[in-house]
Amino acid sequence: MKYKVAGLISLLAVLISIVSCESEADLDFKRYYSAGSEVYQTHCQNCHGAKGDGLSALIPPLTDSLYLKNNQSNLACYLRSGLTGTITIHGKTFDDKMPAADLAPMEMAQVLTYINNSFGNKLGVITIDRVNADLKSCK
Amino acid sequence: MKKLAFGLLIVAAISACKSNSDKKYLPIYGSKQAVTKTVDGKNVTDTIYQTIPNFKFVNQYGDTVTKKNLDGDIYIADFFFTTCPSICPIMARNMLKVYNTFKNTGDFKIISHTIDPKHDSVPVLKKYADKLGVTGSTWWFLQGKKEDTYSLAENNYLVLVKKDNSAAGGYIHAGYFVLVDKQKRVRGAYNGTDPKEVDQLIEDIKTLQTEPDEMIAQ
Ligand code: HEC
Repeated sequence: MKYKVAGLISLLAVLISIVSCESEADLDFKRYYSAGSEVYQTHCQNCHGAKGDGLSALIPPLTDSLYLKNNQSNLACYLRSGLTGTITIHGKTFDDKMPAADLAPMEMAQVLTYINNSFGNKLGVITIDRVNADLKSCK
Repeated sequence: MKKLAFGLLIVAAISACKSNSDKKYLPIYGSKQAVTKTVDGKNVTDTIYQTIPNFKFVNQYGDTVTKKNLDGDIYIADFFFTTCPSICPIMARNMLKVYNTFKNTGDFKIISHTIDPKHDSVPVLKKYADKLGVTGSTWWFLQGKKEDTYSLAENNYLVLVKKDNSAAGGYIHAGYFVLVDKQKRVRGAYNGTDPKEVDQLIEDIKTLQTEPDEMIAQ
């Protein structure tokens, strides 16, 4: 009986620590995401639209999860230096120019986490450490 | 039965009354001048309103466009350039909504003037229109001498904006959609970056389209 109780308690403790651990990461995500939403509204929404739907054939939508997934480690570089040349989004080509965004690495992490998890995308967090690492290897 | 008929009559009277008072008349902007002329031996006083003067630009198809090409049309004028990164995509998104609402009504046009004619050549404008999804002759992208565009903007289209806001300069960059009636009189200006104002513009165009001909007399 005694052992059973102790076992139960330790099980509970493990469970609690898992849950609180998860919510720690969850909290991190929420912080990035909600700050990212602000960054998006001030720096991206005019072009990419409130719903990430872009503008006709002039500005691509941010709803192509596959494109975003394949370019996760380039996204910070796109923001820092802008993006030109032809790209294919949802099977349509775009060849206009995105100007460089004047953002701090933290803001980049926030806004990238935001688009990673908005408009139908589910691609997880992009942390500040990840952004700093990606920026070091920009072409 | 009689009671019902009477009731109906009252309802009809009320609703008629209501639709009358609901009828909107858009203001006419610009300077006005009273002129007295003699018609059939009687003196008649008329008000003459400021109208848009003639102009000459080229559209995205390379065709010359003058004031005459807008005869019989209600139109919107705005000012933009294709490489503008800030407010122009928002204006284009909002103008597309107006375009899609009215592109099949015969008496409507949009003229978007580039304020960067050096870069925005005819082929550049054509490509821009194509990418926006604009075809046909409802929405023209106009290119011409920069001085002409600025003078038309500041002295004619944006007069009412200037009056409302006394800060100097920069109106041409402020993203207004200016509504002009079939007599080439300015009837409203709307912030082209504000979806609510653009919805109002759409309503006001519908109002203008129902404006009876006698109001049109000059
Ligand atoms: C001035 C308009 C403009 C602004 C502002 C802008 N973009 Fe872009 N963006 C573009 C254009 C145009 C392209 C396509 C470039 C090309 O074809 O090479 C693009 C491409 C992209 C792409 C890759 C293609 C896609 O659709 O997934 C991403 C990601 C992106 N932008 C994110 C952002 C973020 C995040 C911001 C805000 C920090 C932003 N953009 C601000 C115009 C803009």
